[in-house]
Parts: sequence; structure tokens; C-alpha cells
Amino acid sequence: MISFILRRLVFSIPVFIGILIFTFALGHSIPGDPCVAMLGERANPTVCAAFIQRYNLDKPLPEQFILYVGNFLHGDLGDSIHFGQPVSAILAERLPVTFELAVCALIFSVVLGVPMGIISAYRRNSAVDVGTMLVANIGVSMPVFWLGLMLAFLFSVLLKGTVLALPPSGRLTAGADYPAFYQTWNLVTGDQTASGFLVFLSRLNFLNALLTLNGTEFLDALRHMILPAIAVGTIPLAIIARITRSSVLEVLGQDYVRTARAKGLREITVVWRHAVRNALLPVVTIIGLNFGLLVAGAVLTETVFGLAGIGTMLYDGITARDYVLVQGVTMITAVSFLVINLVVDLLYGFLDPRIAVK
Amino acid sequence: MSSPSEILSLPPARPASQNAAIEMIRNLLRNRSAVIGLVVIGFLICCAIFAPQIATYDPIQSMIGQPGETGRLPGKPPCVPLFGCSDPGHYFGLDLNGRDIYSRIIYGTRTSLIVGFSSVSIAVIIGTLIGLVSGYVGGWVDNLLMRLMDVILAFPSLLLAITIVTIFGPGLENALLAIALVSIPVYARLIRASVLSVKEMEYIMAVRSIGAKPARILFLHIFPNAVTPVIVQATLGIGTAVLDAAALAYLGLGARPPTPEWGQMLSEARAYIFTAPHMVFFPGIAIMITVLGFNLFGDGLRDALDPRLVRS
Repeated sequence: MISFILRRLVFSIPVFIGILIFTFALGHSIPGDPCVAMLGERANPTVCAAFIQRYNLDKPLPEQFILYVGNFLHGDLGDSIHFGQPVSAILAERLPVTFELAVCALIFSVVLGVPMGIISAYRRNSAVDVGTMLVANIGVSMPVFWLGLMLAFLFSVLLKGTVLALPPSGRLTAGADYPAFYQTWNLVTGDQTASGFLVFLSRLNFLNALLTLNGTEFLDALRHMILPAIAVGTIPLAIIARITRSSVLEVLGQDYVRTARAKGLREITVVWRHAVRNALLPVVTIIGLNFGLLVAGAVLTETVFGLAGIGTMLYDGITARDYVLVQGVTMITAVSFLVINLVVDLLYGFLDPRIAVK
Repeated sequence: MSSPSEILSLPPARPASQNAAIEMIRNLLRNRSAVIGLVVIGFLICCAIFAPQIATYDPIQSMIGQPGETGRLPGKPPCVPLFGCSDPGHYFGLDLNGRDIYSRIIYGTRTSLIVGFSSVSIAVIIGTLIGLVSGYVGGWVDNLLMRLMDVILAFPSLLLAITIVTIFGPGLENALLAIALVSIPVYARLIRASVLSVKEMEYIMAVRSIGAKPARILFLHIFPNAVTPVIVQATLGIGTAVLDAAALAYLGLGARPPTPEWGQMLSEARAYIFTAPHMVFFPGIAIMITVLGFNLFGDGLRDALDPRLVRS
């Protein structure tokens, strides 16, 4: 097992270096004078000299690359041209919003997708199966931002005044002020300012509501989260339902399932304990691969629902041609993607020891 | 299952390749999702080819100041003569510039199909070459190429496409090339895997022993036997490319106005979702139908081409 973990770790090092080289090369592919291209109208000789110094553009390429890697390892992703702040600082500030959205979307897709897949496989070719697969097919064919817009229209205009009405934007009701948990707990006294980590945690609305036992805040956050989470979670939902279905179908045809039935086990035990348990392994991998979809979904839907997360930040960066910001976000996402897939692989090896032996 | 009498009355044997092709087409036509997909794709191709005949107006022409038009034109809701609307018919309504949305969507089919087909073709050609070389040559070449593919796959594909287009400048061509680039690894890996399994077969050894050159072996003998999964993947890839192109256009990185392009139309209309929802509804439906068509056809094709899957 340990050799499997080590092997897997060693394999991701070249990819990690590759990601750094690739983003470095992309940054150097900007057509024209980099200073003029990046700063646009603000470029003048003094500003450009400072700019060249800041990003070491006067040094030889190999040295530039080494400095670039060093900066990355120190958490320096450059300074955003549009926001005038370090990219890493903006990322840290925006991360809670996107993180919460991604987790809620993931929960939505797994909680609904896995049972849908299991029932479809068990009642193969029934109306439920055909319906589920139709929903799954349509789900992967919609642009996420369009789905978001249509949901916003449906739930806040067409269903206005009914119990189903949901707010179309924001994370909490405008003007609502809920105490942060560190205030309730008196972790920060008087004129002290809370540390960055505490602020980060308190900006996760659901966590803050739980920590302060504030039911009103929890419901408020939930009502605002439903539509964005459905929009971002629909494609992963469709994929998870399909994978679960085919995986359960395969397992249901195995000899040991027939043996389990033959020895007179109750049907629910056969399906649940023997079939589903084994069928869910591929689903774990898919959840890891869905990370890319969740990020892309967040980028495209946060603006629709007025959520000030990384997606909205990236959108602003793209509109303002903020290369440093876009490049920084892309790199950090790729590295997180790498880490998540590594964790999923290790988890997979843990869940299914056969993998580790191979 | 065929009954014994059916087996006995089989027609005289045709060449194996012809038999396989007929079998494949028969499987395909028996597959419900493949047929639906095929119908949708056929419909879209007709829309693209006969756009000038099907569209009721010029997609770029504003209706403002045109004869017969009454009321406030920008963002005017749908008006269908059949349902008792007396103004000139605008089936899907007008957009903010007073242009006919129905005509823009019909013309938009051209843009979407061009983006879908060309970006996938580029990705398939480059990916196939990389996969063939990588699988056949092996050694450090294989290692280098595959690690490069791993690096591209390490990025969420849409995000990488966004970065590339941001750096090289927005526009339809760059969007198309970015979408192609991020999907190369999928094809390269598929082809490589097939090549690895095919190249050890005895008929390849036979060809090599009669002195055929590597290029001939690769393209004439290995490639045809490794191409099936790529065809399926390419069909599904067209759907993804159309979705990605719409996303890039939505972010302002794709086709430039006034080109009729669905993602671009959504991008213009998004702020008006509460006041003029028709401007958002129809382009989205068009994207959905297109992607659904290619996805259904791709799924059906996979079932028909893969003899290992037993039909139920």
C-alpha cells in the first residue's frame, strides 16, 4: 500500500512541473510587448520598468522560470492588473463563496444522481429508467449559464408569490447581518481584528450558521443556494447517474450476485450489500473528475446569480483582459485538480485494494 | 437470436469488410437514440445549408424603420401570425437591436456546426498523429508525448480554453483553435491505446516481414483497425465543442457581434432575463437540441460499432 502511495506521488511530480512550464510558456506567448499588452493604456516607460522588474522580464528565460516557480511556491501568483491586488489575496477572499457553491452542487449531484442510477439499473428499461436517462441526456446538453438564467426566471418571476419562489441573486437577503461565529464565541475581543482564517470560516455561511446555531441564517443561505447549486450540479448529476447505472448493471450480472440470490438472501440485501457496494467504486473516481466541471460551472454561473466568488472574479478579469489574474487562477485550479485526483486515486486504492497491488 | 432456418437461408458470403459495414449500419438503424440523433443532425445540416430560404429576415438587419412594424421594437416578444398576431411575423421575437431572433438562430446553426466540425477535425487529426507515433514508436518519444498530454489534461478543459483565448485575443478562430487544442489528448490517448493492442497482432508482423515501410504499416494497416473509438469520441466531441464555444462566446471570447452565434446571443440577452426572457430562451434551446443530437448519435454509434456490447 505504501509503495502504491509513493508511486502515485512520484508520478504526479512530472505533471506538476509540466503545469508550471505550460502556464509559464502561455504567459510568454502574449503577442506584442508584454508590458503594453498587459497594462494597455496605463503603460508608460516608468510603469513598464517597474513592471519588468516585478515579473523579472529582464532576466534570461531559465532564470525567469526558476523565479516564477519560487514565487509560486511562496504563494505569489502575481498582482492583478484589474483589481490592483495580489491574485492570491483576491483568491483567498473569494474562495469561501465558490467553495460553498461547489460543495452544495456536489452534494446535490451525488445525493440525487446515485439513487437515480441505482433505480434505473435495477428497473432497467422501465419508465423510470427511460425517464432518468432522458433527464441525464438533456442535463449534459444544456449550457450551465442558460440553465441558471432559466431557473432564475422560473423561480423568481413565474413562481413569484408562491411557496416555491426563490431569490434570484446574492448569498443572503440584502441587508441581513448575521453575527460571525468568532463574535458569538468571543474569540475576538474589543477592537482586535479577526485573523484571516477565522474570517474565511465565518464567510462560509452554512458553517457559520451551524457554529452559531442560527437557524434563520441557515435557511436564508439555503434558499439562496438552491438555484445556483442546481445549475452547477446538473451536469455532474447526469454523469453520476449514468456511471452509477452502467456500473450497477454490470455488477448485477455477476455470478456472486446470482449466488447471493440463490442462497435465499432478501432482494434488498442482495442489491444493497452485494451489488451497490461494489458498483460505487467507479463513482468515486467520477466525483474527483467532476472537479473541473464544478469549477467551469462556477465560472459560468456565479455571474448569473450575483455571487462574488472566483468565477465572478475571473469573469471580470477576462472582460478587463487581466492576463495575470486569468493565468494565476488557471494555474491554481490545475494544481488543485492534480491534488484532488491524487487524493481520489489514493482513496480508490484504499477502497479497492486490488488497484494498489496492480 | 436467429432461428436455425434463418441461419441456413443466409445470403452467399460477401467480403468480410462489406459484411461488417452492413452489420454496423443495420445495428445503427436499430438503435433508437442513434436514429433520433441522426434525424436531429440532418435537420441541423439542412438549416445550415438552406438558411437563406428558411430564415424569414436578414439576421443582421434591424427591423427598426421597416414597413409594417409597430410598437417598441427592441426586445419585442414573439409574434406568430398563426396565433392571431397582425404585425409582420417574428416567431421568436426581436432582440435588443430589433433583429429577428428566429433568423439569427437559423443562421447561427452555420456558425455552431462550423465550430463543432472544424475544431473536432483539427483535434482528431493532430491527436491521431500523436497517438499513432506515440504508440508505434514507443520509448522516450512515447513518454514525452504522453506526459505532454497529461499536462494538458491536468487543466479543466474549459478553463484552459478561456486562458488561451484571453492570451491570444478573442475571436471565433482563436476560440475554435483553443477548443481543438484542449481536446487533442483525448484522441491521442484513444489512438495510442488501440495502436498498442493492434501492433502486436500477427498480421502486422506479416506485413512487416514482407518489407512494408513504417508509414505504410501505420496508416494502411494499423490506423483502420484503431479508428473506431475515435469516431465515437469525435461525434460526442462535436457536442462538447458546441457547448464550449457557446461558453466562450458568453464570456465575450468567441464570435464578435454582429455574427449570429447562439452563445453570443445569450451573452447579449442575459441582463434582460426578467424583462425579455424570449431573448434568452430560444438560443439556449437551439444549443441544447444541437448538443443533444450529437450526444444521442454518438451513444448510438458506440453501441453499434462495439461488438462486445450485447444488445438487449
